Amino acid sequence: MSQVKSALLVGVGGQGAILTAKVLVKGLMEAGFDVKMSEVHGMSQRGGSVSTQVRWGDKVYSPLIGKGAADIIVAFEKMEAVRYADYLKSDGVAVINDYEIEGATVAAGLAQYPEGTLEAMQAHFHCHVLKAEEIARGLGNAKCMNIVLFGSMVKALGMDDIDWEKVIGETVPEKFRELNLKAYKAGYEAVL
Amino acid sequence: MEKILLSGNEAIARGAYEAGVKVASAYPGTPSTEIFENLPLYKDSLYSEWAPNEKVATEVAYGASIAGVRSLTAMKHVGVNVAADPIFTAAYNGVGGGFVIVSADDPSMHSSQNEQDNRHYARAAKMAMVEPSDSQECKDFMAAAYEISERFDMPVLFRTTTRVAHSKSIVSLGERREQPVPEYKRNVRKNVCTPANAFLNHPKVEENLKALEAYACESPLNRVEMKGTKIGVISASIAYQYAKEVFPEDTSFLKLGITNPLPMALIKEFASKVETLYVIEELDPFMEDQIKAAGIACIGKELTTPLYEMNPERLREQIFGVKPETKEVGVSAVSRPPVLCPGCPHRGFFYTMGRHKDFVVAGDIGCYTLGAAPPLNALDSVVCMGGGFSVAMGLAKAFEATGQKEKKVFGVLGDSTFFHSGITGAVEIMYNQGNVIPVVLDNHITGMTGHQDNPGSGYSLQGEIAEALKIEEVLKACGFKNVIIVDPQDLKAMEQAVKAALASEEKAAIITRRPCLLIKRIKHDIGLCKVDTEKCIGCKKCLSVGCPAISVTEGKAKIDVNQCVGCTVCAQVCPMGAIEKEA
Repeated sequence: MSQVKSALLVGVGGQGAILTAKVLVKGLMEAGFDVKMSEVHGMSQRGGSVSTQVRWGDKVYSPLIGKGAADIIVAFEKMEAVRYADYLKSDGVAVINDYEIEGATVAAGLAQYPEGTLEAMQAHFHCHVLKAEEIARGLGNAKCMNIVLFGSMVKALGMDDIDWEKVIGETVPEKFRELNLKAYKAGYEAVL
Repeated sequence: MEKILLSGNEAIARGAYEAGVKVASAYPGTPSTEIFENLPLYKDSLYSEWAPNEKVATEVAYGASIAGVRSLTAMKHVGVNVAADPIFTAAYNGVGGGFVIVSADDPSMHSSQNEQDNRHYARAAKMAMVEPSDSQECKDFMAAAYEISERFDMPVLFRTTTRVAHSKSIVSLGERREQPVPEYKRNVRKNVCTPANAFLNHPKVEENLKALEAYACESPLNRVEMKGTKIGVISASIAYQYAKEVFPEDTSFLKLGITNPLPMALIKEFASKVETLYVIEELDPFMEDQIKAAGIACIGKELTTPLYEMNPERLREQIFGVKPETKEVGVSAVSRPPVLCPGCPHRGFFYTMGRHKDFVVAGDIGCYTLGAAPPLNALDSVVCMGGGFSVAMGLAKAFEATGQKEKKVFGVLGDSTFFHSGITGAVEIMYNQGNVIPVVLDNHITGMTGHQDNPGSGYSLQGEIAEALKIEEVLKACGFKNVIIVDPQDLKAMEQAVKAALASEEKAAIITRRPCLLIKRIKHDIGLCKVDTEKCIGCKKCLSVGCPAISVTEGKAKIDVNQCVGCTVCAQVCPMGAIEKEA
């Protein structure tokens, strides 16, 4: 089972993590992997913390990733990286969007948004931090932030043997194709 | 055959299509909803609908079964509680065409009020149960379930859990197999549940279960994966997938697809071949208790737990004592509880309710359950679908009996919930003269489950124009002569409506009416509110509406342009007039 890889995409409802997972899964399937994916629907979508899990390999049993079991975490929001940090393997990689969504508890003044989230992650894990929202806005549409992060994830995992540009082209709507291809490249290049 | 990635729910819909299902009826509920959202893909071959509630859906599907066609109903676990009455009697009467009831359980309560284990229903009602463990099985086991239903003359409980229903895995598709439909003939002996007939049906049910148990010992749905003789694992559903990952390579498995009745002879045989036997299941020791009662030694809940959903790492720790290796980063995340969306029409209503300390508000299941959360803090209780009106009635009667006249009781539920089981509560309030104001929060849609149509929305599941039932006419017919309809986003009007209802001589009810902003077919007036930082005094009054788009930073209110839709509820509570909608 050692060849099974596990990716955890985390963020706040509405940030587009599901589309990112869709692109990832399509590419992995075309490359011949067995794939399982799990996401949470319903009440947890409304402004809540959301996670999408993708696992792939020759044969995948569990669609779920437990604590200490993810090879990579892609955090669409930086506090979410901290929330799910204990799901990451000790030698796992984190791609973190340097972007803050306060959430209702903080906005209502009932709690403080934590300081030092990025530093805490960097002190414990191999991290790639980028300002994906800024990059996406620079490309003309903040919504393609999810594909920027996807580009960084591909680079971080070294999954270059799949033609991701083709997969993205086939997954996103025609009118957003060029934007998303640019977003993918920008994300890929944002990671060293 | 074509291979595609499907969720368990999509695969169940496909399985129903391939099995030749002709009539399907359901009420939405997480994690079952997407089954029926996908059935209209096959509308040329099968009829599907949203019924007002799970009981009605079950009766519709069962009626179709009596007529001789294969039929389907689906619901979340607590939906089975609503549908239990027809289910238990259908199990006695037996079926015509195959009849499958999908129960989607929700271990860990991702979107539910409890984590009840509905496998007990199969045993209690004395019907077959089939449990798939991935999407391929969700599709393939549907055809098998219909064969079992027809061969053993009983409904089949097709039980999934959140991770079976919502996980996606690769599925090979098949073709639809049309089923022959015999000419309909009246059969009073079978289909009329008089005591005399039920008396004759019960022994037949017991016989059928025995025959099914023998079949389950041979069925390919229950398979032995024999490897070593040291450890054996009996498992089913998603727990099987976790166990496959956690137990050593040389572990033998008895993987069960038919879990009621349990194939006890097969289990005994498997148990005799291994030194140590484990039963791995989520939630209750449903299989374990029966296996132990049959005198077979096994290990189960001594190590695992009836609480919450399982995953491979939890299971590994419970069975082998191996803790996952994790790192503590030293910074904790703040909770992100679900909240009413920016621009949610319910916000104005709950803000108004929360301002009156003498109001007692019985709520219900839906997006508006979120009215209980701070800072709105506007609900006293939430129990179940339809409970809003009737629980309010009980509160009011108790206050009346104990002289607490100052308390003003409101029962609150949504439009879909009103049609689901709220109407009977309205009848109760009228019939027994309750001192309760019933309030229907009408946003024209079934919101929390992801926007399904309902009897008030004007469309059917298959996308056809439907008769839109008018809530005010139903309330009037129930005797509420004064039905006050108000836009909840207009806080002054909302306050006046509440006062008018309380002062009304005639029996009054309130309908707050504004469509959910997430309904795609309606053109919404989307705008943006702006803070005039000169006028803002940082009093944080705007935070009291609980909108995720507003915060106060450095002593001034700030509105997130990406989230704000310009509903102006915050502007209406600002004492300085510092918030305005952009022209």
